[in-house]
Amino acid sequence: MDIVLQQLVNGLTLGSVYGLIAIGYTMVYGIIGMINFAHGDVYMVSSYLTAIAIALLTFFGFESFPIIIFGTLIFTIIVTGAYGWVIERVAYRPLRNSSRLSILISAIGMSLILQNYVQISQGARQQGIPTLLSGAIRFEVGDGFVQITYMKLFILFAAFLGMGILTYIIQKTKLGRMCRATQQDRKMASILGINTDRIISSVFVIGAAMAALAGVLVTLDYGAFDFYVGFIIGIKAFTAAVLGGIGSLPGAMLGGLILGLSEALFAGLISSDYKDVFSFSLLVVILIFRPSGLLGKPEVEKV
Amino acid sequence: MSALLQFKDVDVHYGPIQALKKVNLEVNQGEIVTMIGSNGAGKSTLLMSIFGQPRISSGEIIYQGEDISKKSAHYVASNGLAQSPEGRRIFPGMSVEENLLMGTIPIGMAHCDEDMQHMFELFPRLKERRNQRASTMSGGEQQMLAIARALMSRPKLLLLDEPSLGLAPIIVKQIFQILADVASTGMTIFLVEQNANHALKLADRGYVLVNGEIRLTGSGDELLVNPEVREAYLGGH
Repeated sequence: MDIVLQQLVNGLTLGSVYGLIAIGYTMVYGIIGMINFAHGDVYMVSSYLTAIAIALLTFFGFESFPIIIFGTLIFTIIVTGAYGWVIERVAYRPLRNSSRLSILISAIGMSLILQNYVQISQGARQQGIPTLLSGAIRFEVGDGFVQITYMKLFILFAAFLGMGILTYIIQKTKLGRMCRATQQDRKMASILGINTDRIISSVFVIGAAMAALAGVLVTLDYGAFDFYVGFIIGIKAFTAAVLGGIGSLPGAMLGGLILGLSEALFAGLISSDYKDVFSFSLLVVILIFRPSGLLGKPEVEKV
Repeated sequence: MSALLQFKDVDVHYGPIQALKKVNLEVNQGEIVTMIGSNGAGKSTLLMSIFGQPRISSGEIIYQGEDISKKSAHYVASNGLAQSPEGRRIFPGMSVEENLLMGTIPIGMAHCDEDMQHMFELFPRLKERRNQRASTMSGGEQQMLAIARALMSRPKLLLLDEPSLGLAPIIVKQIFQILADVASTGMTIFLVEQNANHALKLADRGYVLVNGEIRLTGSGDELLVNPEVREAYLGGH
């Protein structure tokens, strides 16, 4: 019993991180119909930025946890957002009217460029940051106990807050309406006076900012990272986006949570060696029964 | 009187196919002008080319004295041109109200509440369905929404692409009644239609487009009695 509860908590935190990264995949796919394979590496860049921000803040004498975390979040989100903007500008916009395959290749190229650029500039060895927030809450459950670290609580709080703010922006603000309009009918959106290029840029910035939030949270919790961390978590988040229905924002969040929870439960109760096999099998099974994902709409080919 | 919108020798090509051939036309301030033509004559291409989609291959599109043929669609829209396009193209996943809000992009939210009330008076059906997803509405309601959305930007020139397409005759009649009301407020309208009878009765002037070329032009009444038009578009009676 205690292990189930423990893994539920772990799965929820893992899933909220998957959800945050999946948002970037799903929004970009929704608006220009491409899979941004460089998105995992944007996440990776944000881990390095987290370490840089913490180093800078401690160098300038800031020591309290709230100031460091807040400063790190702002710095990392802004700089990672700028990466997202530049990547779209350099690698995807010039190919806007070419075949989907060219943009896909460009995305893979961008992913390799980011990995190699970080590897060369920061070194290939694993890097780490010190633990900033320690301690945990413990509950007695039956014979055992469930332990929730303060860091995990913070991840849950920050991730859900991030998703909440994003949902509000997309559903209620003018920018959100313009994003949805561009997603539903880009040509009509431009006829109504929307600068669709600018909206596409904003979507890349929003996606990168969400990945940056995930990057800060995971790096603070886990402490270690290298230039290759974006790959596996990127694939997982992409799986989450497909699971939830690619193009659907609530789908990405739901898909992330389901993937994280099932992975953690499988790892805790059956085998942690096969948890990746399990999560990808889950994807296969769901796609057999719901090819457009849990919340995705069946694609209607426009003539 | 200088024209609000003017096409000068406009050619449009889709690859090797020429969709518009040396089209010349003008729409003056306060006028209702219609362009009639059959399927594939190039009517929608002509309206969309105003927004650069597709770009014209030669000629000029002059709007308020400026050649807009190389401008972006959002620039054109921001300067007072609004279109209710072929196939309506409402945003299916948005509510009626949100669709109307999308019309306010060029002018901001300053007149939003007032204009939305006005739209609900013009189209009472939309008021009943204001919070409903647009994709769940009937074709006629979607057409009304597309027109209302275009009007929300307080356009100087309203472009309408086949508002009668695929609708029951009684709904078509309603929509043209509303268009006549809108026209009576002094709105300049350029209407592209296959339904020549309704369109010519509403319009001050008309053009007939055949295979990308303007074949005939004249006042609405002249074209209504023109034998060639009657033969081709009005069933020959």
